Amino acid sequence: MNTVIFRTVAPFLTALMVLFSIFVLLRGHNEPGGGFIGGLIAASAFAIYGIACGVQPVRRALRVHPMSLSAFGLLLACLSGLPSFFSHVGFLTAHWVYPEVFGVDLALSTVIVFDTGVYFVVFGSITSIALALEERESD
Amino acid sequence: MAVTDHTVDVSHAMISTPVPPGDWLVVTPIIITVLGGVVCLMLRKHTKIQPRIAIATLALLMLSNFGLLARVLDKGVVTMVMGQWLPPYGIAFSVDATGAILALIASIVAFATALYGVGDSDATARRYGFYPFLMLLMTSVSGTFLTGDIFNLYVWFEVLLISSFGLLILGSDKAQLDGAVKYGILNLIATTLFLIATGYLYGLIGTLNMADIPRSVLTLPDKAPITTVAMLYLLAFGMKAAAFPVNFWLPASYHTPRIAVAGVFAGLLTKVGIYALMRTMVMLLPVHHAMLSGVLAVVAVATMISGVLGAMAQSDLRRALGYLVISGIGSMLAGIAVSTTLALTGTILYAIHSIIVMTGLYFVTGMAVRISDTFALRKLGGLYGKSPLLALAFFILAMSLSGLPPTSGFWAKVVLVDAALKAGSPWLAGSILVTGFLTTIALTRIGLYAFWRGGPEGTPDGTAFAYAQSHEVATPDVSAAYTGMWLALGLLVGLSLFIGVAPNGLVAIAKTGVAGLIDPSGYIGSVFGSTGGQL
Amino acid sequence: MEAGFAVLIAFIFAASIYLMLARQLIRILLGISILSNAVNLLIFTAGRLEREVPPVIPNSSLVSVGVTANPLPQALILTAIVISFSVFAFLLVLAFRTYQDLGTDDANEMRVAEPKGDFKPPIGY
Repeated sequence: MNTVIFRTVAPFLTALMVLFSIFVLLRGHNEPGGGFIGGLIAASAFAIYGIACGVQPVRRALRVHPMSLSAFGLLLACLSGLPSFFSHVGFLTAHWVYPEVFGVDLALSTVIVFDTGVYFVVFGSITSIALALEERESD
Repeated sequence: MAVTDHTVDVSHAMISTPVPPGDWLVVTPIIITVLGGVVCLMLRKHTKIQPRIAIATLALLMLSNFGLLARVLDKGVVTMVMGQWLPPYGIAFSVDATGAILALIASIVAFATALYGVGDSDATARRYGFYPFLMLLMTSVSGTFLTGDIFNLYVWFEVLLISSFGLLILGSDKAQLDGAVKYGILNLIATTLFLIATGYLYGLIGTLNMADIPRSVLTLPDKAPITTVAMLYLLAFGMKAAAFPVNFWLPASYHTPRIAVAGVFAGLLTKVGIYALMRTMVMLLPVHHAMLSGVLAVVAVATMISGVLGAMAQSDLRRALGYLVISGIGSMLAGIAVSTTLALTGTILYAIHSIIVMTGLYFVTGMAVRISDTFALRKLGGLYGKSPLLALAFFILAMSLSGLPPTSGFWAKVVLVDAALKAGSPWLAGSILVTGFLTTIALTRIGLYAFWRGGPEGTPDGTAFAYAQSHEVATPDVSAAYTGMWLALGLLVGLSLFIGVAPNGLVAIAKTGVAGLIDPSGYIGSVFGSTGGQL
Repeated sequence: MEAGFAVLIAFIFAASIYLMLARQLIRILLGISILSNAVNLLIFTAGRLEREVPPVIPNSSLVSVGVTANPLPQALILTAIVISFSVFAFLLVLAFRTYQDLGTDDANEMRVAEPKGDFKPPIGY
C-alpha cells in the first residue's frame, strides 16, 4: 500500500480531510452534517495517514492517545448539559447566545459544544480502533 | 447565511415549568460517573491517582443515589425530561422506588468493587482502563435503572455491553479472549432482539415513552400482535438475565476476567436484565405478561435447578459461583412469574440480596486465591487455619445465599415462598426451597474442601494448624492494598447482615416500588402532569 | 409497500440467522452485521413508509402541513447504526485478536476458557 505517490499525497490528503471534517462539524448546525459524520471523516483521515506512513507517525502526530481525545469529547458533551442547572430547566436544554463579531450575527449555543464533544468521541474511538487494526496488520 | 431569524417560537413544544434543583438528582448519577470516568481515562498513565478519583466519584454516586431514593420516597416518581421537550417527544428520565433502590445498591457494590480493585488491579489493568470502564459500567447501569424511555433503555444496554467488553478483556490472556467472544456475541444478539421487539412495539403503538406505553397498549385492537412483542422482550431480557435455555454465555465467560470484574458482573449485569424484565412485563405489558406467566414459571424452575446442579458439579471455585448466579436468577424469575405484589417484592428483595452476596462471594474467592494460588477445589484447603476472618466472611455469605437467617437471603426467600404459596403454586415454592437446600449443599461442599479441611488433597487430617504455618501457603498480606479488599468485603457482608437483621425499611421500599409497577398511574402522572398530557 | 419491505426483511433475517449458525467466527460476525441492518430496516418500516416528503415544518406553521415522512424512525435508526457499528468494530477487533492468539476461528475448537476434563473433582475429604 505504501507507494511513493500515496506516501507523498497522504499528509496533504489528511490535512485536507481534517479541515473538511471541521467544516462538516460546523455546517451541521443548520444543514446536513454534524459531529458524528465530522468525527468519522477526521478518523478516516488519520486512518489513511496510518495506512500510508505507518501507525507510529500517526500516534506522534496526534500527540495524545486517541482514547484521551475520546474522553475529552465525552467531558465536553457532559459539560454542555450543565448550564441548564442554573437556569432551572432540564439537563441538556439548549442555551443560545447571539454575540456580534465583526458585524456578523453569530448564533452560539450549548448544542455546538455537545456536537464538538460528539466529534471528539467518534474521532477518538474510531481512530484508536483503526490504529489497533492497522498495527496488527503490520506485525 | 447570516442568522437573522432566531426567534422561532417553540414554547408549545417545551415544558415551561421550572425544574426544581432537587430533580437534578435524577441525572446526577450519569453526570458524576461520566465526569469521573473521563478524568480517569485522561489520567490513564497515572495509575496511583486513578483509584482515588474512582473511589471519590463512586462515594459521591452513593450519596447522590441515597438522596434520590429519599426524594422518590418523599415525593413519588421524579421525572426530568432532557432538553425540556414535552413528553412523549423528549427523552424522559423517570425514577420510581424500584429504580432508585436498585441504583443505590448497585452504586454501593460498585464502590466496594473500586475499593477491592485497589489491590486486585495492577498497573497494567489500570492503564488498560479498569477504573474508566468501571465508571462507564456504572453510567450505563444507572442509566438503565433511571431512564423512562424504552429506546433509551436499549442505548444503555449497549453502553453496558461495551463497558463490560472492556472490563472482560483487561488482561487479554487467551481464556479472557475466548470468554469475551462468547459473551460479546450472545449478548449482542440479545440486545438486538431487544431492539427488534422495540421496533415492533413502535410500529404498533407509535410511542416509546414508558409512561405512554401502558395506556397506548390498552387502546390497541385485539388482533394486534403485541404478544409477539412480549415474547421477544421475554427472550431478549431472559438472555441478558441468563435464564435457563439461553444462559450458556454466563458459565463460559464469568470465570475468565479479574475477580474484581467478575464480582461486579455477577452482582449487576444479570440483575439489569431482571429489572428490564420487570419493567416491560409487569408495568408495560401486564396483560400479555399474564399470558406468559406459565412459560416464565417453567423457565424459573429450570433456571434454579439447573444452576444449582451446575454449581454442585463444578470443581473450579469461580465456575461454581457462576452457576450460583444463574440459580439466583431462577428465584427472581419465579417472583416475576407469580407477579403478585408480594411476589414482585420478593423479586426486588432477592435482586438486592443477590447483587450484594454474589459480589461478596466472588471477592472471597479472589482473596482465597491470593492465599492458595489456585481455583481448583482439589488443590484448595486449610483456608480456615490461614485466615479465620475470611472463612467467617464466606460462612456468612454462604448462609445468606442459601437463605438462612439472620441474613438478607432469608427474607428474600421467605417473601418469595410465601407469595408462591398464597398464589396457589406450591410447586414453585417447593422448587425455591429445594434450590435453597441444594445451594446449601453446594456451598457446604466448597466450604468443607476449601476452608475446613486441613490442607489440599493428600494432607493428613487434623493438621490444619501445621499446614497453615508451613511456608507452602502464602502469608496473608496486610498491606494497604489488602485494606481496601477487606473493607470492600466487610461492607458487603455487613450490608447482608444488616438487611437480615433489619429488613423492614427495605421491604417497605420494595413494596412501594412494586405498587408503582403494578399501577403505573403515579409514574404516568409524573411524566405527563396531572392532566394526563393529552395534547 | 410495507408488505414488500416485510418480505425483504424476512429474507435478510433468514440470511443473518443462517450465517450466525455457522461455526466460524467471521461468519457469525457477518451474520450479526446483517442482523443489525435487518433490524434497522424493520424499524424504518415500522414507522410507515412515506416517500419524498421531508418532515420540514414551514415557517408559517407550528405543525407540519400534510403527510410527511416520519422522522423518528430515522433518528432511532441513526442511533442504532452508530451503536451497532461501534460494537461491531469492537467485536471485529476482538475476533481478530482471538484468531491470532488462539490460532482458530472455529467456535467448537475455542475451548481455552472451558477446557475438556479440566479440574477433576475432589475424591475424598
